[in-house]
Amino acid sequence: MHSFGFRANAVLTFGITILALICAMASISDNFNSPRPSSEIQIKYPIDSGEIKFSFSMQVSLTMNITADLQSLFTWNTKQVFVFVAAEYETPKNALNQVSLWDAIIPAKEHAKFWVQTANKYRFVDQGSNLRGKDFNLTLHWHVMPKTGKMFANKLVIPGYRLPEEYR
Amino acid sequence: MHDGKRLKNGREIPIVHRVIKVHERQETEEVEVLTKGDNNYGDDRLLYAQGQLWLQRHHIMGRAVGFLPYVGWVTIIMTEKPIIKYILIGALGLLVITSKD
Repeated sequence: MHSFGFRANAVLTFGITILALICAMASISDNFNSPRPSSEIQIKYPIDSGEIKFSFSMQVSLTMNITADLQSLFTWNTKQVFVFVAAEYETPKNALNQVSLWDAIIPAKEHAKFWVQTANKYRFVDQGSNLRGKDFNLTLHWHVMPKTGKMFANKLVIPGYRLPEEYR
Repeated sequence: MHDGKRLKNGREIPIVHRVIKVHERQETEEVEVLTKGDNNYGDDRLLYAQGQLWLQRHHIMGRAVGFLPYVGWVTIIMTEKPIIKYILIGALGLLVITSKD
């Protein structure tokens, strides 16, 4: 009962149990954070200036002004926040379509209040050719990745965008 | 949706990547999904089977809900240096044999 093997085993088990406990406590502490993130997204209009274009393959290129303040999402247990903007719309065939247009990794609280003007990073293209004149929402999603423990995700839906009927 | 998902695509290793496109059918529960690794430039179509453009529900094994740092190293070490697996099992076996209870 007092051999080296038994003592080593006891120490290791105890150590790992304590580690697991600390990890759980760190993760639970994230629940006490009540974040108040905010964001605004503008799609640059007017379309005459060519800011929204359909290409021949029915793909949309647009430029967005994205402002956001996500600083309140960060806790001491936050490793990074992954943020992305997705266009959401409905088609006759599909109840829900979500197409990711832009994403970024925010490594620290200082970088979480930002303004970015960007073309869409990923192709805005539908499974059919349903995008002409389509109404859509832009949703800002964020995933808070902890240093240890549970990951939190939420989103902010901004409705009221529409694509032009004609393409050039 | 859009979380890190583990996918299987006919190969051995599940991959945890993010969903960047979702098309969900009216009426039925069918869904088609496109994924991408956060640090990759392009989407995962190169990783999918030949000619496959979308993942369906049965390709998706699960969803990432949290992080336990360094825990995965145990599995990785045991897979890459199997001798460690044998040493561990050997030591445990020795412990059992030499116990006086």
